[in-house]
Amino acid sequence: MTIQFNDETFRGDYTFRNSQWAIDRFPFPFHEDSYMYSVNMEQHQGGPKGSVYEKRFDVDEHYVSEMKDRAIVLAEDPLRCQSLPHMTLAGWDLLELIMVSKSEDYPDLFELHRDGNDWHWINKPMGIDQRFTFMDETTLPYGPMEYITRQTQGDFAVLDQRDDNLWMDAGMVTTQADWSLDFDIGMNFFEWHAPVPKAHEMGIFVRALKFLLNVQQGSPARRLNWTMTVNPLLDTSPENYHKWGVQKTTLTPENVGEKQFLRVELQTFFRLPRSNALVFPIRCYLIALEDVVTVPKWGRRLHRVLRDIPVELATYKGFIDNRPLIVDYLSKFDDGLPTSDGIWPEKDTEPPLQA
Amino acid sequence: MSTFDFPPSITSRPTYGTLEPRAGKFHLMIADAEGAEAILRLAEADPSLMGKSHIMYIPGETGDRFTAKLEALAPKQLYVGPSYTAAVPRLRRILQDAHMGLQVYLTGTEGLMGQAMLEATTAGIPHTAIQTEHRGSVARRMQCVHCKGITENVITDPFKCSHCGLNLFVRDHYSRRLAAFQAVCIDAEDPGNVPPSVELYT
Repeated sequence: MTIQFNDETFRGDYTFRNSQWAIDRFPFPFHEDSYMYSVNMEQHQGGPKGSVYEKRFDVDEHYVSEMKDRAIVLAEDPLRCQSLPHMTLAGWDLLELIMVSKSEDYPDLFELHRDGNDWHWINKPMGIDQRFTFMDETTLPYGPMEYITRQTQGDFAVLDQRDDNLWMDAGMVTTQADWSLDFDIGMNFFEWHAPVPKAHEMGIFVRALKFLLNVQQGSPARRLNWTMTVNPLLDTSPENYHKWGVQKTTLTPENVGEKQFLRVELQTFFRLPRSNALVFPIRCYLIALEDVVTVPKWGRRLHRVLRDIPVELATYKGFIDNRPLIVDYLSKFDDGLPTSDGIWPEKDTEPPLQA
Repeated sequence: MSTFDFPPSITSRPTYGTLEPRAGKFHLMIADAEGAEAILRLAEADPSLMGKSHIMYIPGETGDRFTAKLEALAPKQLYVGPSYTAAVPRLRRILQDAHMGLQVYLTGTEGLMGQAMLEATTAGIPHTAIQTEHRGSVARRMQCVHCKGITENVITDPFKCSHCGLNLFVRDHYSRRLAAFQAVCIDAEDPGNVPPSVELYT
């Protein structure tokens, strides 16, 4: 296989690490030296070779370990995966989309053989060989959405479209930035985004919804979102907040570089053919600050963004108390030189950090 | 007067109106405590409703303060029950028989309206077609996001989860499917540091 899969943990001893390959392709989310909300949508039709945007569903070195972490979360709390009764068809749509995409994009890792409704799915990294009947739930060990999302990195919100709105009526959510599927399931687009500060008043959600309602089959879209997480903890759920919240207080000037992670979501949006539902994968990428700053442009920029971000956003994103510590650390990697536009690392053209 | 002006809040938080008579073949009115006042006003606005109305009333702490007045309206059916929970089987039976032309009116506490709305929407009535009017206590029905247990009649913030015992703060984020607001641990980042409880909206 072309990818070497890490054996690592996202809890307890936190052995998660990014290889140089993973650092180089990290989806750094800031295209300029400041940040404010925007409807930063673009077409999801591939991207530079090797980048996380290249394939429809990116598979990386963390795949197998992330799927183990998901299984742990689901064993502890089955409510992280739910599907309202009318969403089963959308689940089959999603299963088809992922199996077809992965088998085409990673033929060395995944195979899909179809003879009418008799399907044969092979997932080599996870050691799965499954024959089943498409659209017959009794032939799979889980419902279709759960089956395929136990084998696909990222959270999944499956949105029903009706009444000119999107309704979060199904999902697999174990790597979330502090929101609860169990609480939000059944809500419409404005309701589940209700707790986000400022963006409603800025008209962000009205515009985003308008865009999403019109996403067409075969023309998926994507955007990046981000937050900050202490330790490479995928499951920053409200359900377990009383357990992980205290980890935020363990940062010190000595450990902030290795313990504080930039958490980036690659959000994509695909129209599903039979159900007309919209699937919203939310893929989480983590990177330690000490790895971010190995890219001079990113070190300079992240310092400026986090230093200048409005208090309200730093509070909502949960790092307001640690901001001084973080900014102090990052300031050592900002020599004041200008940065080039765009998110790419530009290692060959950006000057190294000046002493 | 038993009304309260809720300050503007986030979009998931329910808002309430004032009950108005609507055309319909059958009128289901569900109220608790001071919600009776909204029913009385509704009847005053259109006395002809009562002959086609089923009133389900849970007096709670208001005891018999309003029951005689509701009886005097002479609705087609009047039910006075000891608790919402006790009234649920009856409510489900009524909704099971409901036909086109049913109007639903909910009034009283948020907990009562939210739970009755959930029953009505489960029966297939769109939530936007149901009228609501808040009356009486501003206590809330809260779901602990950690243990999923519901604590009824929460009137202070923070409060202790009646199931798992965590100290929780009260959010305005609301789920119609759970008929509850979200409650989240207040001292997760500094265990034991729990600010004094204050009454909601004071």
